[in-house]
Amino acid sequence: MFTALLIEQLLNGLQLGVMLFLMAAGLTLIFGVMGLINLAHGSLYMIGAFACATVAAATGSFWIGLIASLAAAAGVGAIIEVAVIRRLYDRDHLDQVLATFALILILSEGARWLFGSFPLYLDIPPLLQGAVPLPGGGQYQLYRLAIIGVGIAVAVGLYLLISGTRLGMRIRAGESDREMIGALGVDIGTLYTVVFALGAALAGLAGALVGALQSVQVGMGEPVLILAFVVIVIGGIGSIKGALVGAVIVGVVDTMGRFLLPSMLALAMPASQATTIGAALASMLIYVVMALILAFRPSGLFSAQS
Amino acid sequence: MSRETTINLLFALLLLGAPLLAAGMGEPFYVTLATRVVVLALAAVGLNLALGLGGLLSFGHAAFFGLGGYVAGILATHAFNAEPLIAGIPATTSMPLIWITAVVVAGLVALPIGAISLRTSGVYFIMITLAFAQMIYYFAISWPAYGGEDGLSLSVRNAFPGVNTAKPLPYFLICYAALMAALLLFRVVEGSRFGSALQAARQNGTRLAAVGIEPFNIRLVAFAVSAMITGLAGALYADLNRFVGPSMMSWHMSGELIVLIILGGKGRLFGPVAGAMIFVLFEYVLGGITERWQFFLGLILLGIVLFARGGLLGLLSGKPRHV
Repeated sequence: MFTALLIEQLLNGLQLGVMLFLMAAGLTLIFGVMGLINLAHGSLYMIGAFACATVAAATGSFWIGLIASLAAAAGVGAIIEVAVIRRLYDRDHLDQVLATFALILILSEGARWLFGSFPLYLDIPPLLQGAVPLPGGGQYQLYRLAIIGVGIAVAVGLYLLISGTRLGMRIRAGESDREMIGALGVDIGTLYTVVFALGAALAGLAGALVGALQSVQVGMGEPVLILAFVVIVIGGIGSIKGALVGAVIVGVVDTMGRFLLPSMLALAMPASQATTIGAALASMLIYVVMALILAFRPSGLFSAQS
Repeated sequence: MSRETTINLLFALLLLGAPLLAAGMGEPFYVTLATRVVVLALAAVGLNLALGLGGLLSFGHAAFFGLGGYVAGILATHAFNAEPLIAGIPATTSMPLIWITAVVVAGLVALPIGAISLRTSGVYFIMITLAFAQMIYYFAISWPAYGGEDGLSLSVRNAFPGVNTAKPLPYFLICYAALMAALLLFRVVEGSRFGSALQAARQNGTRLAAVGIEPFNIRLVAFAVSAMITGLAGALYADLNRFVGPSMMSWHMSGELIVLIILGGKGRLFGPVAGAMIFVLFEYVLGGITERWQFFLGLILLGIVLFARGGLLGLLSGKPRHV
């Protein structure tokens, strides 16, 4: 039974990791290409979830909702890139932090205005309802497995996009020398808008997928955003590979810590105390891991700029 | 007297005069509002030391603000229930003792956080300070002994020898004195050898190292001192609201502290004071007009960042002497 539980928790960790990868990939791409720190990335995640929940409720189809979430997040992303973000590339990080912080205020409060303060709910599509048996007994939700599958597909897709297409070539060129690719006749403005919209769409996808597991509400993006920051700090800012590895580390460590720490502490102290102390320590675990990794590699595991 | 000094004096007098007037007219609400300005300004003066002078964009100062608050809350709760803290050490409701504890705790937590975060710079530094603040935030939420998610209420405001702290005006004066002391400290630090080294570390760390001063140590001390001032503000804030909760440590609070500095003018002595005045005014006026005031705050902030750099003091008193 314990093995089955362990496998289940490992898969949960992987699912969290994959979801964090969708967020972190966009963040790290935007930082790598444009040198921009985007706090409003969590708001794009929220927009994806709201778009999916609203459209799915109106049409009755999760899949149309999913497409709507991609379109809405990419669309809003492109709009804010053109209206605001574009003016920030030459500014220092302080201005970028403040402007994107202001965007969070606007988008969160705007979402509350449109959708109200009550959470929306999104059902798992019928095709993915149910569970699959695990080795060693126990079952696992099919939908969570599907999320893991989507994450792997996105990782492969991004790899192919960046290493094998013309757009990917331009993105890589943009990472290493912005001015040079501009001089070579690439329309930098459009490239930046496309990259930002791509990152936004990934965040929107993550929001929509998670929306079926949790409630969809204002402010859902911020905890995920901060975890995604931890991910890219661990992985190395600007590196997609680092984002993938960091996301899996964070997802698995966080989930396993919450699962294992209380029962490990229970060996040494009364069970009720072990539960509370274990939970408190588990909530700090990924930050300890981050601090340890940074102590040895201050620029992350796979830094693109080193 | 330079133009900026005159304006600073005017701000200091306005901040003192308005609540005195309000108290005279029997409007204690405005005294409390002014106390909120003063305490937020104090927290931002702390951050201004790291951010304005040292160029250290800490996105985690809410952690120190909250720690100071929890020190006040925890000591007062233990004293109220007549329980010793640990190992028989008695708790206290004396403000000076609470302040010293809050400052020491904030400093002690800031040292390891700073030591790890300052190995990095730029975006990494922003994200790591944010992450550490979140770590402390989640710890506060998941640790049930002191209220967890619900926070702690203080049944009475803590005591200051010879002052009735329960009344709004005396408490305002205490906070005002603390703010003035912190501003004095900021001025002294700015003009000292240490302050010059800190500003040199912001402008060019490599050159500073070349003349034989290690930028890391300078930055670490500045980060710790900055956290200590913000921690003191946290203790005062807990007593002001007679409540401390995890929300004091949320990343939103860290963002607001940065916003205060930018609204007023980064690196300027009275920048945080002017910023806190505008911020609380926005909050009060816009909050009175619409429930959605944060939406408009966001728009205003965006406008300031994109089009009006330098903050209110930059607008009023022109370019600063240095930079």
